[in-house]
Amino acid sequence: MTEMMLKVEDLHARYGAVEVLRGLDFEVPEGNVVVVLGANGAGKTTTLRALCNMCTTTGTVLFEGDDITRAKTADIVRRGVAHVPQGRGTFPELSVMDNLKIGAYTRKDNEVGADVDRWFEIFPRLEERRDQLAGSLSGGEQQMLAVARALMCRPRLLLLDEPSLGLAPLIIEDLFERFAQLNKETGLTMLLVEQNANLALDMADYGYVIESGEIALHGPAEQLKNDPAVQEAYLGA
Amino acid sequence: MNWNFEILPDFIFNGLRDGAVYAAAALALVLIFKATTLINFATGELAMLGAFFVYVLNIEQGLWLWLSIAIAMLISAAIGAAVERALVRPFDPADHLPVVLITLGLFLIINAVAGDIWNYQVRRVNDPFGHFPSWVPNGSELKTSSEGTIACLTNADGALAEVAPGTAGAEMCEMVGRTFFEVIGARLHYRTIGTWIGLALALIALAIILGKTKAGLAFRAVSSNTESARLVGVNTGRTLGFGWALASVFGTLSAALVAPALGGVNPNMMLTILIYALAGAALGGLDSLGGAVIGGLVVGLIKSVLVSWFGVVVLGQAYFSILQLAMAFLLILIVLLFRPAGLFGTRQIERV
Repeated sequence: MTEMMLKVEDLHARYGAVEVLRGLDFEVPEGNVVVVLGANGAGKTTTLRALCNMCTTTGTVLFEGDDITRAKTADIVRRGVAHVPQGRGTFPELSVMDNLKIGAYTRKDNEVGADVDRWFEIFPRLEERRDQLAGSLSGGEQQMLAVARALMCRPRLLLLDEPSLGLAPLIIEDLFERFAQLNKETGLTMLLVEQNANLALDMADYGYVIESGEIALHGPAEQLKNDPAVQEAYLGA
Repeated sequence: MNWNFEILPDFIFNGLRDGAVYAAAALALVLIFKATTLINFATGELAMLGAFFVYVLNIEQGLWLWLSIAIAMLISAAIGAAVERALVRPFDPADHLPVVLITLGLFLIINAVAGDIWNYQVRRVNDPFGHFPSWVPNGSELKTSSEGTIACLTNADGALAEVAPGTAGAEMCEMVGRTFFEVIGARLHYRTIGTWIGLALALIALAIILGKTKAGLAFRAVSSNTESARLVGVNTGRTLGFGWALASVFGTLSAALVAPALGGVNPNMMLTILIYALAGAALGGLDSLGGAVIGGLVVGLIKSVLVSWFGVVVLGQAYFSILQLAMAFLLILIVLLFRPAGLFGTRQIERV
């Protein structure tokens, strides 16, 4: 049996008086790609934010067996959880190089330069633009930068919040190929939130469907793809 | 109209000297605004406190002046960070009103406490840039006219006084002459050059801190995107404290540079300077460090050349000299009306 990298039990989250997550239970096994599907406002983004303690939560979040529900965001990053937020979340006034360096902020080793070179190899466009301000990059390049920056902290779990948002179809396909490649080659575990259910389910091992802050449906990706309800709501069949 | 161009360079030099002081104070404002998008109205009073630390260490305790300034900067940095930790961090950063009110309250409290400790008299301080070293040509010697006598400019209105060598008058000439040299017929004071050098060194130090250190990178990241900075593991609270510390250092620098020109330190010394610094920061763009420097220098120039030279000298209207502060407010108004982001500002500036 695969070890659970992430185990979430009865997760509630609220913004002020509004309860956005109403008791989620889900798991992410090590080495897997797990996708969270759902309509706008279902609570997908909040789920990822709650994992990093970026909003008020109750419940239990276990990462590699340790309770991180109350841990500080910085400590969660240090443990190996990297978060690519919705809308890329790059630092527009910083150069590409500085964006990558800040990604390694929690690291104390001296292999940061080597890692930069490694991600430049995988995302050559970023190397070409290493001294440009991140704000001057195209949407696709910014998404690559956001992912590369997240990888700079040497995560064991990568949280991806709608990486396809606002990108052209060809660029999305290219991006997802890279995600799949990363997962295969390095065994990096990923929790992916997406509206583009087709691509996401192709890549994922397992999927959850959230509706109004609760899990409506879950199962292996193949099974979800063939589920009539999912097909109707998210696959446009 | 009296287009007295001969004395214009003097006004330009003075304007750029005052401007350098405004630039340092504007940097103190911008460093905090960049990271938190709020204006710290206590900037001037924190700076004044720094100048008093220099006074206490140097005049009262007899420490070396430069060491006193360095220690005062460190104490100011600690106070800046402490203020952020104790009075700013507990509040929701998205809600500006409480924090702005706190900085206003801090402004009044620091002023009152300083007044209580040191009262409101002007206390003389040592000028770090009082006299040139002796190898610099003496400003008054340039006027040596004939054998046996030295003609030197001993007073501000430029009157020539002939004095015999060896007399008290000659000594006076020597002293005054050591405070400036002449460039294009104008007096370039050692204090002016010193102020520029002080600002330049501080800017180089700031560029290194922000550009080459991890804390500097974190500060720029928090300024650029606070949420993402948290997500890469930056402790945003500590980073903002670091920004407040840096800002306080620049405030103390501006107060220490300007104190000798004001005749000394007193609790109200930074009141008007803060207004000019605000005008400079608004002009340059409240979130642009380079803009703060240029904005501060331009405000100094406007005040000296446009108001004092053009208004008072050319138009012959003495009342222009009391319009200097009004000019600063007018400038803030014009910038906010027609170009709210300032000359070099990037972001949409929110109203505080």
